[in-house]
Amino acid sequence: MTAYDDLEPGDQVHAGDPVKVDRYTAGARINHWITATSLVLLALSGLALFHPSLFFLTGLFGGGQWTRAIHPWIGVLLFFSFAGLFIRFWRANLWRSEDGTWLARLRYVLAGEEDKLPEIGKYNAGQKVVFWGMSLLIIVLITSGFVIWDEYFSQYTTITQKRVAVLIHALAAVTIICVWIVHVYAAIWIRGTIGAMTRGQVTGGWAWRHHRKWLRELVGGRQNRL
Amino acid sequence: MVQHIFPPAPTQNVKVDLSEADLVRRSASSVPQPARKLTSVAKLIDTSKCIGCKACQSACLEWNNLRDEVGFNHGVYDNPLDLTPDSLTVMRFSEWINPETQNLEWLIRKDGCMHCEDPGCLKACPAPGAIVQYSNGIVDFDHDKCIGCGYCIKGCPFNIPRISKVDNKAYKCTLCSDRVAVGQGPACAKACPTQAIVFGTKDEMKAHAEARIKDLKSRGYQNAGLYDPPGVGGTHVMYVLHHADKPEIYANLPNNPKISPIVEVWKGVTKYAGMAAIGAFAAVGFLHHMIAGPNRVSPEDEENAQRLAGGEK
Repeated sequence: MTAYDDLEPGDQVHAGDPVKVDRYTAGARINHWITATSLVLLALSGLALFHPSLFFLTGLFGGGQWTRAIHPWIGVLLFFSFAGLFIRFWRANLWRSEDGTWLARLRYVLAGEEDKLPEIGKYNAGQKVVFWGMSLLIIVLITSGFVIWDEYFSQYTTITQKRVAVLIHALAAVTIICVWIVHVYAAIWIRGTIGAMTRGQVTGGWAWRHHRKWLRELVGGRQNRL
Repeated sequence: MVQHIFPPAPTQNVKVDLSEADLVRRSASSVPQPARKLTSVAKLIDTSKCIGCKACQSACLEWNNLRDEVGFNHGVYDNPLDLTPDSLTVMRFSEWINPETQNLEWLIRKDGCMHCEDPGCLKACPAPGAIVQYSNGIVDFDHDKCIGCGYCIKGCPFNIPRISKVDNKAYKCTLCSDRVAVGQGPACAKACPTQAIVFGTKDEMKAHAEARIKDLKSRGYQNAGLYDPPGVGGTHVMYVLHHADKPEIYANLPNNPKISPIVEVWKGVTKYAGMAAIGAFAAVGFLHHMIAGPNRVSPEDEENAQRLAGGEK
């Protein structure tokens, strides 16, 4: 166990040229990609029933009946898969004093002027907003989803409750898709990020540039142990 | 023939042959303006003439070749207790004490799809063509296209569609569209021994209802009236009620039904604003990348990292 809340198991610095930093364990990566696949499938099957112009997406799932039947089950898979991510990542995503400063300087973030930002731990405020946003929205989606999962649960709620649930489900789904776009875009825009979730590693320079406090903690922690 | 008792001769003005070309609405899709407009039809159910024999229920099962499960007697006349995917119509019996006369009135209402002019089920349905409306007013389900999502149940202001546990598809009264297409009235109307259920053009049915209401008023039912609720644009199944001012006493027949505002928001602004929001987020990302360019790690960043981590090579 480390002295820092935002160091996660497996986080480690490897000296070299360039320096390599272990960011995600194999378990965390597998967990992430199961969640990611479920989310994409849920978005596709959900959008198919959300707007008539996207109904053709039901073809990906074997037709409308299959899409209707399978969507809630993928939702259950996503819920448990995301719960695994939540248990892994929640502590490092707790809000810290520098996160407010980082958010207040969002325009420098968007301009890519890292030198005007405070030093950041494993996750910046943007990543934390994505994390907590996803967590909250998934709870809203699974709860409202059960209310409209008529095949098994229709008898437990009234039609009015189902109407409210289906509206909330649609609004939460649109919101989570927008959050997902932010998440994916950030991973693409900040070059060197995707390797963290494929090979599990980033370069020391990436960590220095974007998560310097995390890098310092890792180096410091290693020195303390020596 | 006494006009206020017997309905007009059946279906003389009802054009036969319903086809795709007669659709005025099609769920989750649009249809071209039909070349011809069929005469609007309606079924009129006169609650004051109904004797509760359930011949309509039997005729419905018979014509549609449906056999509902043998259920239980729940201690009331309603049997089955509710609509099912097989029982597309049920008689609902209400015992009501008229506060003015202290008389016990036995109110019997044949429940089933009302064939709204503005159908909530069709508005809610996400499957293209699974729910259609013909220019004569009949709202019909196309089961080959139904995906069993239950959105029609959320859209319906009358709580009518039921999803089958056998094939996961939604079922409701078709107004015997197959019979109407060949110039016949619905099976329930055909079977009704007291002609409490009659079928014809909507205009004929309204005129017939007017005569019935006049008769009822002359017998002391001052509030007798026609139930053709304007909130859903009128319906193609109408009731003559002895107490039209209180439709809810007829087993909770809704007073002023309309498509729920929640459904209107869900199927209206949410659908368009949602798509726009998703598109906007993607577009902003694309534009930001065009303007700001990729955020790359510089060689100095790598050197700084090496200086920090290199201490104990």
